[in-house]
Amino acid sequence: MSAMRILLLPLLLLGGCATTGEGDPRDPFEGLNRGIYKFNDTVDGVILRPAAEVYRDFVPRGVRDRVRNFFGNLGDPLIAIHNLLQGKVNEAIDDGWRFVLNTTVGLAGIHDVATDLGLEKHNEDFGQTFGRWGAGPGPYLVLPIFGSSTVRDGIGLAADWYADPMGEIRPINLRNTVLVVRGVQTRADLLEAGRLLEEAALDRYVFQRDAYLQRRRSLVYDGRPPRERFE
Amino acid sequence: MKLALSFLAGLLIALPANAQQAPDALVKTVTLEVVELIAADGEIRSGNRAKLISLVDAKVIPHFNFEAMTQLAMGQSWRKADAAQKSRLVQEFKTLLVRTYASALSAYSDQKFDFRPLRARPTDTDVTVQVRVLQQGAQPVPIDYSMEKTAAGWKVYDVMVGGVSLVANYRTEFNNIVRDSGIEGLIKNLDSKNRSLDPAGQPKK
Repeated sequence: MSAMRILLLPLLLLGGCATTGEGDPRDPFEGLNRGIYKFNDTVDGVILRPAAEVYRDFVPRGVRDRVRNFFGNLGDPLIAIHNLLQGKVNEAIDDGWRFVLNTTVGLAGIHDVATDLGLEKHNEDFGQTFGRWGAGPGPYLVLPIFGSSTVRDGIGLAADWYADPMGEIRPINLRNTVLVVRGVQTRADLLEAGRLLEEAALDRYVFQRDAYLQRRRSLVYDGRPPRERFE
Repeated sequence: MKLALSFLAGLLIALPANAQQAPDALVKTVTLEVVELIAADGEIRSGNRAKLISLVDAKVIPHFNFEAMTQLAMGQSWRKADAAQKSRLVQEFKTLLVRTYASALSAYSDQKFDFRPLRARPTDTDVTVQVRVLQQGAQPVPIDYSMEKTAAGWKVYDVMVGGVSLVANYRTEFNNIVRDSGIEGLIKNLDSKNRSLDPAGQPKK
């Protein structure tokens, strides 16, 4: 639990400088968020990114693909539930078939045979389900370690972690190992995006925030958001 | 200089051939051609960034309308710039986008493309061409090209990757910088960004 307290420390320290003059209306906590962003950046640079780079450089791509497939497969039942909650029955049935096929023919999920058969993987989570039900994103938030989020997506993230089957693994040591491997895998998949962000952005914080908000909006509408008018 | 030449050569080759080409066919031709050229070029695949950039310059850039992209990214700030500033802004933004595009391309590794059928009337002059990059074990990444019909053929004025519009994503950044340090500040900012990304030994345009 002491780890938790360390994570919360920057929140407390920076609580004082939460408001800035002409802020972005979508990001009323910009001062606080930038502080956590900096903190995350440091942690990422010291621990997460190096670990992901070692993983990428020393584990062959074929193995990494199987690790990604394995965790992706375990995520599909929850994605099916999200699609059901959002009233997308056909998508939910596809997700169900994906799980059945990949778990059996795909050898416990290490092969994504369902994609080859035309059953595409979906991207769903509680944040998107809440959004589909009509919840707006609320203010932008940068969460310690987890990074870009919003009030809606942050609550969604907590719910998804609660529903995560990985949490049920015992003994605890095994569960922790599995979570670390999954975390490193996820971070490794983001290395390219991180490099692009670094190159493309004038102000990385703003660029990442705007990309996150656009991306989430698109995901809530499954890639077909109503057109926003240009100012 | 070499870059400028290959850019010119690209223009000359690309324009007559593609003037009447439908936008979706254009995207498909260019995408497949570029991917094939990269696959066949050992130097590019082993990380020769300058060479990749000149490939992008020759094959991709002629189909983009950078003036429109810069204008959209600037939003209300565009009107505050005079003609000379506008052309410098377009030039700097273009350099940055070409770099970013080349960088994104260098991450390409034999993923398959799904070119979606164009949903538009033959009379439309503003269309969205949709391509999806398929990958195992993950959701396909949609890439949408917003294209406008011009006298010189169809031109891309925005690219959306995974639902993120490149042009819209620069708008807040640009407006913040213009608010704090004016149009000149933005030009300076873009220029120093581009300089910092300049691969060693590559001549500056």
